[in-house]
Amino acid sequence: MSYDLKMRVWRGDSGGGDLGDYTVSVETGEVVLDAIHRLQATQAGDLAVRWNCKAGKCGSCSAEINGRPRLMCMTRLSDFDESETITVTPMRAFPVIRDLVTDVSFNYEKARELPGVELGPRDADNKRRMMQVDVERGQEFRKCIECFLCQDTCHVIRDHEDNKQAFAGPRFFLRYAELDMHPLDTHDRRALAQEAAGIGMCNITKCCTEVCPEGIKITDNAIIPMKERVVDRKFDPLVWLGDKIGLRNKDNDGRVEP
Amino acid sequence: MVIQNMNSEVAMASTDAGVTGPTRARIEEKTLREDRWWLAPLATFIVFTAFVIYATWRAFMGSDYYASPYLSPFYSPCLGDCVDGASDFGQPFRAFPLSAALIILIFPLGFRMTCYYYRKAYYRAFWLSPPACAVAEPHKSYSGETRLPLILNNLHRWFWYAAMVVAVVLTYDTVLAFRNEDHEWGHMGLGTLLMIVNVALIWLYTLSCHSCRHAVGGRLRHFSKHPVRYKLWTWVSRLNGSHAKFAWYSLFSVALVDLYVYLLATGTIDDVRFF
Amino acid sequence: MGSAHEGTRHPMTGNEMSGSSRGGMEHHTFDVVVLGAGGAGLRAAIAAHDAGARVAIVCKSLLGKAHTVMAEGGIAASMGNVYPDDNWQVHFRDTMRGGKMLNNWRMAQLHAQEAPERVMELEDWGALFDRTDDGLISQRDFGGHKYARLAHVGDRTGLEMIRTLQQRAVALGIEVFMECTVTDILKDGDRVAGAFGYWRETGRFVTFEAPSVVLATGGIGKSFKVTSNSWEYTGDGHALALRAGASLINMEFVQFHPTGMVWPPSVKGLLVTESVRGDGGILKNSEGTRFMFDYIPEFFRAETADTIEEADRWYDDKKNNRRPPELLPRDEVARAINSEIKAGRGTPHGGIYLDIASRRSPEFIRRRLPSMYHQFKELADVDITAEPMEIGPTCHYVMGGVEVDADTELSAVTGLYAVGECSGGMHGSNRLGGNSLSDLLVFGRRAGESAAAYAVSTASAPPAIDPVDVKAAEASALAPFDVAADAQGGGENPYTIQHDLQQSMNDLVGIIRTAEELSASLGAIEEFKQRASRMVVEGHRQYNPGWHLSLDLRNMLLVSESIAKAALAREESRGGHTRDDFPGPDPVWGTKNLVVTLDADGSGVDLHEKPLPEMPAELRTFFEEPPAAGEPKAPSVEPVETPEEGKQS
Repeated sequence: MSYDLKMRVWRGDSGGGDLGDYTVSVETGEVVLDAIHRLQATQAGDLAVRWNCKAGKCGSCSAEINGRPRLMCMTRLSDFDESETITVTPMRAFPVIRDLVTDVSFNYEKARELPGVELGPRDADNKRRMMQVDVERGQEFRKCIECFLCQDTCHVIRDHEDNKQAFAGPRFFLRYAELDMHPLDTHDRRALAQEAAGIGMCNITKCCTEVCPEGIKITDNAIIPMKERVVDRKFDPLVWLGDKIGLRNKDNDGRVEP
Repeated sequence: MVIQNMNSEVAMASTDAGVTGPTRARIEEKTLREDRWWLAPLATFIVFTAFVIYATWRAFMGSDYYASPYLSPFYSPCLGDCVDGASDFGQPFRAFPLSAALIILIFPLGFRMTCYYYRKAYYRAFWLSPPACAVAEPHKSYSGETRLPLILNNLHRWFWYAAMVVAVVLTYDTVLAFRNEDHEWGHMGLGTLLMIVNVALIWLYTLSCHSCRHAVGGRLRHFSKHPVRYKLWTWVSRLNGSHAKFAWYSLFSVALVDLYVYLLATGTIDDVRFF
Repeated sequence: MGSAHEGTRHPMTGNEMSGSSRGGMEHHTFDVVVLGAGGAGLRAAIAAHDAGARVAIVCKSLLGKAHTVMAEGGIAASMGNVYPDDNWQVHFRDTMRGGKMLNNWRMAQLHAQEAPERVMELEDWGALFDRTDDGLISQRDFGGHKYARLAHVGDRTGLEMIRTLQQRAVALGIEVFMECTVTDILKDGDRVAGAFGYWRETGRFVTFEAPSVVLATGGIGKSFKVTSNSWEYTGDGHALALRAGASLINMEFVQFHPTGMVWPPSVKGLLVTESVRGDGGILKNSEGTRFMFDYIPEFFRAETADTIEEADRWYDDKKNNRRPPELLPRDEVARAINSEIKAGRGTPHGGIYLDIASRRSPEFIRRRLPSMYHQFKELADVDITAEPMEIGPTCHYVMGGVEVDADTELSAVTGLYAVGECSGGMHGSNRLGGNSLSDLLVFGRRAGESAAAYAVSTASAPPAIDPVDVKAAEASALAPFDVAADAQGGGENPYTIQHDLQQSMNDLVGIIRTAEELSASLGAIEEFKQRASRMVVEGHRQYNPGWHLSLDLRNMLLVSESIAKAALAREESRGGHTRDDFPGPDPVWGTKNLVVTLDADGSGVDLHEKPLPEMPAELRTFFEEPPAAGEPKAPSVEPVETPEEGKQS
């Protein structure tokens, strides 16, 4: 069964642009990305849009649908009334390149600033041993498909361009938490999370968790535990006292700051 | 579009550049959301404001907080110059000139003020930072919790320790509520029931706290080496999923118990005695 | 590193100049340029970097979005963590048998030998695999593998792999040029001199001067209508190699994955991982019959359960029972499903049922198959813990690709390497699940090392790009705009041609083939070529998907022709190539590969036969060995040359 869907799609580039009105024929069971593709194939051959897998696994087709950050391939048309107009705009936290395509370099720069995993030597039989319960927290964070919707919705940078320098954003707090919880990593990354990544800027309003298409509990499972770990090191008077009077600090669990 | 120009534009951009900043897609609306996104922050604002007004009025009142055998949770433990029967832990601050509630209220209040859930709620509802997801906030600049006073939110775990003590005290008060007006054991009234519900919710809220989750096991890197703490952590994690719910319910329950005590103490109503 | 203007490069894409500025073409110099940033490309780049080369990765999408993320099941490697009996010899044997002995034996050997260490490296670099009870990397069962062998992370192993390699490459500081499409390999005489391409974002051109180019561009699936592949899979590496003078091998072998989604239309073809079957899922037709028992070929009869009872016991007791027929190699299962649907026993949406809901608890399903649960819930509104999935075959993988030297991955052109899905030989006529991810790692590393070694050897006399070739490449890339200007009476829309090509390939060169249909498809491809020369591209060069498609279409047409020609020539059925008119395997064809090269005028391909490389005697013994004493699940004993049976066509 097909019907005519009314859409408003943002067309333009950094010089300006506006929401263009389109009517596109769609089928039941389709997703917003299908409608965008049909638009591209029939009415707007040069409509710029990023996409790859069309299955919610690569995180390329991030956009804002009716004002909410979503993956276009995971937004089913059946979630909307057939008479409803669907508005699609590019992500609004990043510089626009053209139409629905934005410049997400911010995220790639932040990725470069983050020191990678650094494991000790393997066991004598050349294997590594980690228990399932010890890797499970990290595995949740590694489900991240890097769609950057959490970064897009995060008001710290969405509403304050000047914070981009000092703030890495939820996606990278996920990475800090993953590495800090890695059973074999040798780095203590708490100072970096606080100073280089600016975790103190986060006021845990949880929008990142709300938009995550993978359902990762970014705030509860990564950011807050990471904040607590920073507190262990920085805002815990006992730790401070221990440092002052020269007691050995066991808090770093044998890890060193990179 | 010119990448290089774009970057220099970023550099020159005024500091308040948000979604309407020069590099972003030109869309005038601060949000294109069409749902009732304002409902949740508005409801939070109204309820919290009402609670704060009520709690302030009651805390400064300094009277009608004890209706034997019930002690209002706002005044427990009653360490100031309290009415007879209310002080189960002595009156070390007898000289304190103001309401006895003010001596101890800082602990539960501080616990809630620094709570990760309440922070989310008041940043959204009171400070509009942001009012809702993908809705632009009105502030020109933002530094999060990196400066005073908000950096003090990092002291949450210290308030959590205090909140554990408060929860124990409230539990003790609840046990004492199994008495009648003349402090004879083996009785129960509607007030007792309300206090049981309240103390249960207080415990659920206190134990589901993110700092608690961290302390019991979250801070470990090797769960496998600490099976007991891992077990505790999984329990607390499950509770933690409902932390926001417990935060609300216990807010209502604590106010309700206080109100009940107030109404008894002022003689507005009589306690419903079960046995 | 390699670039002279690093300071002005765009922080993400590596783009150096703006779209509107005039004069000069962006130019970079490296030792090794890797085309593609999937598992193979990233692993090759890391290896080349570690070997001391200056390396660039050039990719069509953003870093981390390559099709490798879609791989679900796992990485096949005989680490023996679950079954200590497993070793490279068994893996080698499984691979060769799965490929119906048409594999390049040397590649299969290297692959089986080196895969375990490549997996361990991923762990060193931060991958968090699922664990066994002893804390080792857990391994799961998969079709065609004798032992549980696939290192995995739930059902998102590909994502774990690409993220790990991506993070490693970033940590090493390897330069990445994103959203940049290479359209030509440039040569200096008969050596590679570099690559020419355009920035998708700005439409401006760029040249990479490098003595070594590694093709790691993936597959060709986008030439088919029902496919699990993304838009990037347009056979770029295959076509670039052909045009540069290299040859393609085994192009007739296209793997149709037995289980792709068939509903809703927007996700038709999307993969349903084989792990569903490995974890207990069974196939049923519309009559409720578990039909795979009717399709067990002779070749696998000795190791496949022939009763439901034995098959069901296998999940818990693998030692004393034979594998369920649902876990036969992919080609067998895909053909069986196809036959059931053709016989009218399909589901309402034209598939068959894959049922795990009636066999495993909801908790088990959600824990073992989280992304499948998610995928069906979100995209089809189907709860796989409560109802069966509707699935059908989908174009998944091309076994064919650039013909390379097994040890170095060097193609027929000096300096041109190929690795991963765009290379050929490793998987013979059919790839086993899980062997792809290990293939990427094993040969990615080998290609990177040999490309780096060769580049260093050219230091005294490096090849140089000829400006004339650059001009020609530029003109060729801009042709779709120029054609528009000359077009009389309306040009062709590239989207329409692509759509028609996909339909034609699906109908005529699909899972079951006949001489008649293959001939018809070659006629159709000629017609598409004509239409493609009249394509009109709207708009301008900046981020113009219509233009990008028009350039990709050339590659798709060349690759489609290669597949159809080779498929027409191979008059037998084997692995991923099934001929209705030649239903069985032919021992004579079992000794030959088909090789395609670019034809004289460069618009099509020529076909050649080539004898299969001979396996050394000591490896042959793996296929002649009698069953070991006390081993109930005996390996099949029939000699390799006589796979008489088997094709249920």
